[in-house]
Amino acid sequence: MNIFCVGLSHHTAEVEVRERYASKPGAENYLRENCGCREALVLATCNRVEVYGAAEAPLEARQIARCLLSVDEVKASDEPAFYRYEGPDCVQHLFRVASGLDSMVIGETEILGQTKKAYARARESGTAGPYLHRLFQRSFRVAKQVRSRTEITRGAVSVGSVAVDLAVRIFGDLRGRKVLLLGAGEMSERTAQILVSRGVTDLRVSNRSLERAQSLASDVGGRAVPFADWQAECREIDIIISSTASNEPLLTAAMLRPLISGRVDRPLFIIDIAVPRDIAPEVNEIEGVYLYDIDSLQSIAEQSIALRRQQIGAAEAIISEHVSAFAEWFQPGAQASLRATGRDLPALTESPLRASES
Amino acid sequence: MDRQLLILSTLCYLVATVRAALVLRAGTFKPGRFNFLMVAFGFVLQTGFLTLRGHALGHCPLTNLFEVFVFLAWSVALIYLVVGPVYQLSLMGAFTAPVVLIIQAFALLAPIDVPSAARVRANPWLEFHASVSLIAYGAFALAFVAGVMYLVQERQLKTHQLRSIFYQLPPLTDLFAAITRLLWLGFALYTVGLASGFLTGQPLPRLKVICAFVVWILYGAILQGRHLRRLAPRHVAALCIIAFTAAVSVLWAINFATQKLPVQ
Repeated sequence: MNIFCVGLSHHTAEVEVRERYASKPGAENYLRENCGCREALVLATCNRVEVYGAAEAPLEARQIARCLLSVDEVKASDEPAFYRYEGPDCVQHLFRVASGLDSMVIGETEILGQTKKAYARARESGTAGPYLHRLFQRSFRVAKQVRSRTEITRGAVSVGSVAVDLAVRIFGDLRGRKVLLLGAGEMSERTAQILVSRGVTDLRVSNRSLERAQSLASDVGGRAVPFADWQAECREIDIIISSTASNEPLLTAAMLRPLISGRVDRPLFIIDIAVPRDIAPEVNEIEGVYLYDIDSLQSIAEQSIALRRQQIGAAEAIISEHVSAFAEWFQPGAQASLRATGRDLPALTESPLRASES
Repeated sequence: MDRQLLILSTLCYLVATVRAALVLRAGTFKPGRFNFLMVAFGFVLQTGFLTLRGHALGHCPLTNLFEVFVFLAWSVALIYLVVGPVYQLSLMGAFTAPVVLIIQAFALLAPIDVPSAARVRANPWLEFHASVSLIAYGAFALAFVAGVMYLVQERQLKTHQLRSIFYQLPPLTDLFAAITRLLWLGFALYTVGLASGFLTGQPLPRLKVICAFVVWILYGAILQGRHLRRLAPRHVAALCIIAFTAAVSVLWAINFATQKLPVQ
């Protein structure tokens, strides 16, 4: 039995190509019925489309690509975008994918959830048999070990998530925190949405254009504040996200000190993502005020990426151990002896989620 | 036998300290129960030591500076085991273990385990006074630990230099809440301990009384400053460190001095 992976990803194909092969409902069944796969599973995310399968005879990448499109021929220009892994290479590739090592953002954990969903779908449709069952169960265990034994998932890697991460390190629970958006830029809107997803309910939006402020406020579930009044809000605000197009600082240390003089034990977190900056740098020197501009946030994101990169070696070592162990099981001799003793491949009774947590 | 238990207990704290230092230095710290378990094991051995010593003496083992410091180390571990689970277990343990290690190693290494010259008779009020006061010191020690954690975290946030430990430390506001609660707990226990000192029926060394009141006023002032919002959280954290260092120095000094000075 050959286990294999055929696919394309952000490493090999532009989004226009990837979206052409995006999985269609029933793709696994089509692969089984028309491509000679005994087992098939399609892992389709925005960054990759991959077919994992088990077949009696080796299958060509072109055959799989045709099945994905449900057509007789694929564009010749698409063919170089496909990669193909077989046996231990396929095992290693899946372990790397599930662990987030092959992702665009190294160490991201969303891929593990997507892999589990793909596996659950294949199980439900009956296209994942004992080979893929064992392979994917092991991949979930490997991903969990990589996550717990290394720092591959440590730190936030985008400006918005760094800002939210910092807010959590200052305030802990973000529920009940008051947030003021100064300016209605796209990035502050995105950051505000992450804050809302973390439990923030009190959002105030102030912009030179009150109309734009009202529009953004309704998008993020907040309320608009006239631009002339935003300074008064500072007395009770916990987090300020500033992104106006002002050429002069909107807030200096001399302006802020009297505004927060009565709140000695409540920190104020200011995220200044405007260029030129809205908040004078000396504001960071005020007791209890933590000011981060776009460069600081970017630098922290880069530190996290660098830290994650440093962990790749340790993660690869864990993966190699498991690939070797899996390859031993997968050797034809081992399978034959399993069949001879009646202890054939594992039954599909285990919950994918529970198994991944073992 | 009792001293061997104490040495084993010290080794537990040493292992916890060294391991925490190594993983923090390597940036590979992961939350887990190792430090909590090491502190718990060390605490059990300390309890064994104090029980054996207590049986041998026939009362609470607080007859010399050695026993006072061991009891203090035991109190720090006790408060950590009680309040530690409320916060991030492992890291609090990583910061607590060295504090206990230093106190206990000092007790073991310094030539202070000198049997009391006078035969001390069992006095429940005296034992209550001494033990409650030392448990209060345990709470102050944990406030010291939380204060160090607060300053480390605050410094990183201010300077934008985030190290691996940044992601393991609790949020600033949680740490400050912990400091405040530990200060109140310690202050309440210390007040009870101080008041019970006047019920022992024994004459009190004047130096000891003055020093005890200085510590009480110091912690009272920190709490008042916090309550009136006159002190910023960073200052409260720094004062917790200064106050505990001063209090332990005073504890050592007054016990050292009162062993030599006649009762006033």
